Formats: sequence, C-alpha cells, structure tokens
Amino acid sequence: MATQQTRSLARFMMAPSVVLLFVWMIVPLVFTIYFSLLQYNPLNPIRDGFVWFANYKLFYSNPAFFAAILNTLTIVVSVLVITVVGGILLAMLLDQPIWGQGIVRILVISPFFVMPPVAALVWKNMIMHPQYGVFADIARFFGAEPIDWFGQHPLTAVILIVAWQWLPFATLILLTSLQSLDGEQKEAAEMDGAGFLSRFIYLTLPHMSRAITVVILIQTIFLLSVYAEILVTTNGGPGYASTNLPFLVYQKALLEFKIGQASAGGVIAVILANIVAFFAMRAVGKNLDK
Amino acid sequence: MARAVTTQHKTIATAAAWIVALLIFFPILYTIITSFKSEQEAIQGFNLIPSGTTESYAEVQAQSGYFKFFLNSVILSVGSTLLAILIAVPAAWSMAFSPTKRTKDILMWMLSTKMMPAVAVLFPIYLIFRDSGLLDSRIGLTVMLMLINLPIVVWMLYTYFREIPGEILEAARMDGASLWNEIIYVLTPMAVPGIASTMLLNIILAWNEAFWTIRLTTTNAAPLTAFISSFSSPQGLFWAKLSAASTLAIAPILIMGWFSQKQLVRGLTFGAVK
Repeated sequence: MATQQTRSLARFMMAPSVVLLFVWMIVPLVFTIYFSLLQYNPLNPIRDGFVWFANYKLFYSNPAFFAAILNTLTIVVSVLVITVVGGILLAMLLDQPIWGQGIVRILVISPFFVMPPVAALVWKNMIMHPQYGVFADIARFFGAEPIDWFGQHPLTAVILIVAWQWLPFATLILLTSLQSLDGEQKEAAEMDGAGFLSRFIYLTLPHMSRAITVVILIQTIFLLSVYAEILVTTNGGPGYASTNLPFLVYQKALLEFKIGQASAGGVIAVILANIVAFFAMRAVGKNLDK
Repeated sequence: MARAVTTQHKTIATAAAWIVALLIFFPILYTIITSFKSEQEAIQGFNLIPSGTTESYAEVQAQSGYFKFFLNSVILSVGSTLLAILIAVPAAWSMAFSPTKRTKDILMWMLSTKMMPAVAVLFPIYLIFRDSGLLDSRIGLTVMLMLINLPIVVWMLYTYFREIPGEILEAARMDGASLWNEIIYVLTPMAVPGIASTMLLNIILAWNEAFWTIRLTTTNAAPLTAFISSFSSPQGLFWAKLSAASTLAIAPILIMGWFSQKQLVRGLTFGAVK
C-alpha cells in the first residue's frame, strides 16, 4: 500500500505534531543552556556577562544546591519504596474475592485525581496541623505530644503527601497486571504444594515485574518535578530542608532573579531526568515490539 | 477461578480491604465533611458529623468568585485537550496505518519530550510569554497544556488505532466505498471510543496540572489549581471555606476519574499495561 503518494501524505499528517514538539523542546532548552553560562540578573544588570561554568561551580560551593539535589533524590526514592511495596500489598489484597470490590477500588484510586495543591493543603491543615490536625488529635488521644510535621520533619511530611497521591496509581497498575495472571497457573502451583510465599516469589512477582518497572519509571518522571506540594506546605523550608531542585530553580529564577544559577539548576535537572529517561525508553520500547 | 473460596476468607479479606480503602480515602472524606461545618466547628477537634451548613460554599463564591476559576479550568482543560486531539489524530493515524521504519523512533522521541522537567525551561518560557503578552492569558496556557499533553495524546491514540484491523479498510474499498465513505462509515465508529478515552484522561491531566497553571497566571486565566494555592497563606484558619473550595475543585474530576480507571492504566503506561 505504501506508494510514494501515501508516504508523503503520512509525512504531511505527522508534520504538525512533530514540528510543534520539536520547537517546544529545542527553543527553551537552548535558551536555558545559554542562560546557564551567564551572570544574568534583571534587577541588577551591572555585573551581567558571560561567565562560562561559574554557575555550575555553585553546585559544589553553595550548600543549597547540594541540599536540593539530595532532597530531590530522597523524595524520589522514598516515595518509590512506599508506593511500590504498598502498591504490591494493596493490589494483592484487592485481588482477593471481596464484597463491594468496585467501591473499594474507587475509594483507593481517588487520591490520584486530587490536584496537588488541594492534596497538599488538606494534609497541611486538616491532617498534619500540629494543633488542629487529625494526627494531633490522635496523638493527644494517646497522651502523646503532637508532632510539628512541617517544622521538624518537613521532608518527611512532603514525602507522605506525595506518597499518598501516588500509591493509588501504583496499586491500580499492579492490580491490573495481577488480574491478568492466569488462574490455572496459580491453581497448578497450589496443587503442587507451593506455599503462599514461594507462589509469591516464583509466580506473582515475575508476572508483575514489567508492571513494577513501568510504575517505577513513570513515577520517577513525575517525582523528579514535585513542585506544588512544596509550594503550599513548607515553601522549601525551614532553611533548605525541603527544597528540591525544581523548587530551588523556581526560587532562584522568579524570586531572586538569579537567572544564570536557576538555568544551571535547570540543566542539571534535565541531565538527571535524562538518566532516568534512558532506562524508561528502553523498558517501554521493548514493549512496542510485541 | 475455580477455586472454592471460603466465606471466612472472604470476610477477612473484605474487612481488611475496606479498612485500608477508607484510610486512603479519609483525607478526601474529611474534607467533604469539613466543608459542611461552620468555621468554629471545623477547628473544634475531630468530629465526623457536621452541622450540615452550606455557608462555606456560599462564602467561597461570594468572596473569591469561585465560579470564574472553575470556568477557566474547564476552558483550559477541555480546550487544550481538543486542540491536542486535533493535531494528534492525523499523526497517530498515519503512524498506525502506514508505519515506516522510523515510526517507532518518532514515537520514542515524542515520549522523551515529556521527560524534560518543566523547571528547566521555566525562565525562557516565562520570558517568551511575557514578551508576547501571553502571561495570564487563556490562549497561552491552553497552548502550553496542549504541548505538555501532546505526546501522551499521540501515544494513546496510536495504541488505540493500532487495534483497528487494516483488512477492514481493504474490504470496504473492495466493496467500492469511496475514501470519504470509508472515513465516515468504517473508520470513525471504530476510532471514537479510543478518542473519547484519550480525551477523558487528558482532561483530567490538564485539570490537575499544577506548575504552569500556577506560574503563568495571576487572575484572568487562573484556574482552580492557582485558586487553591492562594489559600496557602498562613493567616487565619478558614478550614471550612478551604474544604468547600477543595471539594468544589476536585469533585468534577473525581467523578470523571472513577469512570476512566481502565483508560488511566493504559494511558499512563503508554499501553505497556492493559
């Protein structure tokens, strides 16, 4: 079917998407790389000029940058561990025959549809507030001192909120994968006397492995750029205790107008994301061939 | 599954599942409950039974004009989705029905644009928007959200279109259908469900997008994400109002989301898990 004519038609049909995405990717990125080599402050232009890699050197000398990278990775890894382990357990529970499964699924998936600012504000004020939050009520009920989450454990608080948002996603995808597991295989394993644990290790886990990979990769993309949750809860503080790379870039660019430093942070964020993307592409690409 | 399930097993599993589900849902539930409390009730400690007043809802609308933000959210999410569909359908179509050697590479590359962190291009985009007067404009933000979701839209449409058997087109052609008839009577009915699911998921994603919608708007084009973020200022404890605003902001999308669970899995895993 592929004549010269249909081929050029195909090219014509793809052109808008390809051109748009290309421009969207390249133009701002080139600007960012260029800015990252400048000293550039719109409020104080006296010292503006080309400084080569001085902005990148700040990653060694300025503790904020180092803290931001560390916090970024802490958020990604902690949330991944919580959601993947929790998701596997939850998916296995929901895969059991239970009454009202439809409603249970709806309840579990709901947090995923809550927009980040709402999730963050609800947790900040109604759940984790040191005086009026539900956690404080529970602590007082047991005679304990309520925890000042955002003052003393800001990063943990952010991680909890983000994990709450992503646990449903992991659960839903792992459950979907679990439900495609062949019932007969399970039965055969059971008849052969395989216990629960060995069934889990040798049958369930390998079956879910691709879904787990996909969950990890996709979540990582989004977790690398957590922003709204920090903005409305801790605002990055106290100090830099809960500042991640996206938040630091935002602070430098739009609050302090240190465009060069912000851009260097942006470039580092791109590099981080690319390392992840490299693995993500391979995993998703493999699936395309099937 | 032919396995006999004992009632006892089912009872325990049911109890455990419901407890966990309710715990996970609790923050949302409590928000809805609190929205029906008065401001005083809201800070009087844990209480699951509200007095049932709706004064917070009235106040949210009266004080901050909730409806304007709601309208912006609808315009931005639906507008950007329609625009993305318009641009993506031809691309996905040609990739699904006349794939070339490079089709896979192009798809991969499109996906890779999705992985670029938004912060990396924050300032250039901010400058471009400012200099072209697009800051705080619905048009600018619609285009922005369209670009962000375009890769996902192309991908989802592609995976749906790929499942339409090519032979059916040939059969129609053999029966003498013109290209136009082929599109109207054969292809469209088969493509509509896929397009609908794609739209649903993308409206949800656009509705909840909380970086550009907050950073590139101030008042005119500000959607619900920006509206809610403005509640983060520490002065005063207006939890009933906050809860009412939050409930209003998430309710439409929560309900849509419940209907789109299947598409969600498929869309967000780029067809890798179905």
